[in-house]
Amino acid sequence: MSNIDNGCGVEIKVCMGTGGMAAGGEAVLKAFKTGLEEKGVAASFKQCSSGKVGCRGFCAKDVLVDVTVNGEKTTYQYVKPEMVERILTEHVIGGNPVADWEVGEDYRTFHGKQAELVLSDCGKVDPEDIDSYIARGGYTAIKKVLASAPEETIDLIKRSGLRGRGGAGFPTGVKWEAGRKSQGAHKYIICNADEGDPGAFMDRSVMEGNPHAVIEGMVIAAYSVGASEGYVYIRAEYPLAVDRLRIALDAARQRGYLGKNILGRGLDFDIKVKLGAGAFVCGEETALIASIEGERGMPRAKPPFPVTSGLWGKPTVINNVETLSNIPYIINKGADWFAAMGTEKSKGTKVFALTGKVRNTGLIEVPMGIPLREIIFEIGGGIENGKKFKAVQIGGPSGGCVPEQHLDVNVDYESLTRLGAIVGSGGMIALDEDDCMVDVARYFLNFTQSESCGKCVPCRIGTKRLLEILERITRGEGREGDIELLENLSNDIKLGSLCGLGQTAPNPVLSTLKYFRHEYEAHIFEKTCPAKACKALITFGILEEFCKGCGACLRACPNAAITGEKKKPHKINQELCIKCGSCFDVCKFKAVTKR
Amino acid sequence: MLTSEQVNKLEEICKRHNKAQSAVIPVLQDVQELFGYVPEDAVNFVADSMGMPRSHFFGVATFYAQFHFKPRGKNIITACSGTACHVKGSGRLIDNLARELGIPEGEETSRDRQFTLEKVNCVGACSIAPVIIINKEVHGKMSSDKLMKEIKKLRPE
Repeated sequence: MSNIDNGCGVEIKVCMGTGGMAAGGEAVLKAFKTGLEEKGVAASFKQCSSGKVGCRGFCAKDVLVDVTVNGEKTTYQYVKPEMVERILTEHVIGGNPVADWEVGEDYRTFHGKQAELVLSDCGKVDPEDIDSYIARGGYTAIKKVLASAPEETIDLIKRSGLRGRGGAGFPTGVKWEAGRKSQGAHKYIICNADEGDPGAFMDRSVMEGNPHAVIEGMVIAAYSVGASEGYVYIRAEYPLAVDRLRIALDAARQRGYLGKNILGRGLDFDIKVKLGAGAFVCGEETALIASIEGERGMPRAKPPFPVTSGLWGKPTVINNVETLSNIPYIINKGADWFAAMGTEKSKGTKVFALTGKVRNTGLIEVPMGIPLREIIFEIGGGIENGKKFKAVQIGGPSGGCVPEQHLDVNVDYESLTRLGAIVGSGGMIALDEDDCMVDVARYFLNFTQSESCGKCVPCRIGTKRLLEILERITRGEGREGDIELLENLSNDIKLGSLCGLGQTAPNPVLSTLKYFRHEYEAHIFEKTCPAKACKALITFGILEEFCKGCGACLRACPNAAITGEKKKPHKINQELCIKCGSCFDVCKFKAVTKR
Repeated sequence: MLTSEQVNKLEEICKRHNKAQSAVIPVLQDVQELFGYVPEDAVNFVADSMGMPRSHFFGVATFYAQFHFKPRGKNIITACSGTACHVKGSGRLIDNLARELGIPEGEETSRDRQFTLEKVNCVGACSIAPVIIINKEVHGKMSSDKLMKEIKKLRPE
């Protein structure tokens, strides 16, 4: 019997986060919508809906589409508009899912070890429809909270053990309590959505996928702390997240979850959106406050902490997006439920952006304390292209590398810090044998040096000198004593800098020195790059005996450095070679060498 | 020199933000939206109109990476240089592209103002690295070949 005769329900959900949109999600959704109409599916089924959802994590497989027919869900991967016709005919109408296009085993292993909490509704709710959030239990937590004393909520969050997910890991309940006790008639809640760490995108995905959870978390925080005004400080580089957040704020206002006398309980609270203007340092609390006030985003000395004197000198509690979106779930399911996940000191789950050289890249949510090896080799499916694992960079420019010998480390705040890395905001970048660790350190220092606000000398000048030394080493101009100089300088910058940016900027250097000192030594003393990544230290050549004279390299060379007749071995003119590696990539006969 | 139409629009911007101290960044963002970059004349105008030192506006504008002080190209190509993109070869993509577009060393815009190539820290689409945004459209898993094909479409005939 075909589904049409059966006639129950069809639900189609197309991933339209930034990843899904980049892969053509919009066109896919349109194809489904028109197809459903044309084929008369919309009319034949009692319930028929097709819509967008936010990030579902496995962005590498986009466009991902869930097709649910009469309660049976099938997930398709790499969907293109031209595939929609067959899915509708064979699956939705005919009743037989198109097996060729369904997600495979790797999709299941990717999700197998995960524990969804913050992401549990991402990819399921329509981020632009408040009813879709409410249907999954949204805005029930706020009702519970408003019916009890603020202290009870603070106590519950303290008992849950939730710690700030933005990087520092400060206990959220303790921060709220300090905000509650702080004297002042006017208090602020700020949601820090200035996700500036290169390699981290969980806050973007949450705001694009489930913005109402963030709003609900903020209202709960406002009630607990006694705040009457809120800000979301969000990166202008995230246009989709900004749009969806604004739509969500309007909807929440209309339903009475924001504004005057919220749900008739006497709470007045509203939220404004402030767009960041592209400064990494504004992720630091006091710099973020300066930026909202219309100043250059420069940090100031603490204390006083923002909870006592923050935005315009008023008590201000700043929480990160992921932290806030945990709140409604903790209220609904209880402190004990949350605290049952994770380790003794790191409770709950953490969202990581798993990227780099692993097979399965995407957004993952795992219980705190999971062994790093499981993340890389089970969820991530190991290193792509048969290459050898080298290290995982965790925590971005403030973080460090974890090498092979420490892969069994439990991923929690304390264990990673002991190894010289940090949980940080949750960027996790897998590196393989082709990645040069000196270059990785140089990359991060290039970043922190240009993002240093310039206020304090150790950071402003220190990072510049660190970068110069690293650049020298990668150019093959390293000198004896450079390693010691890097170490001394790093420790001085850590001790002398005013804010977290400077205090952690040397971490990528110190951590690569700790585990990959031999790579530094090879650059300095042997003038070689073991990973063959540093341009100044490598030479490309063509092996005559393997070269078939196909001309692929000649055509790929952007600088006309390769010459040769057809079917005869080609040659590289070293003076013209810009070492871009294009020839190496296109050669099918492994005739191009890199030394 | 500002045209009278531009002056009217700038006055509107100042009024919309209540001439408040905290509005410096949003005002600059609106100015950039209007002109495509932040021209000196326009900053002088809004600073005077809001009764704040011009130096304050320039101090803030030069601090943030988002603000541009030179006219930009017809097509804006944003290359992500985040960590994931870096390890997946964004550096080479960017070098090749700059050469292809004829953008002078140390500059962002080609002489014919057809193209602006800007590098940004991270656009948060790391799982589809390397990422290039062409006129606000996100392209993931980019290769030099794919990129050159996209550029060809944008070239004037």
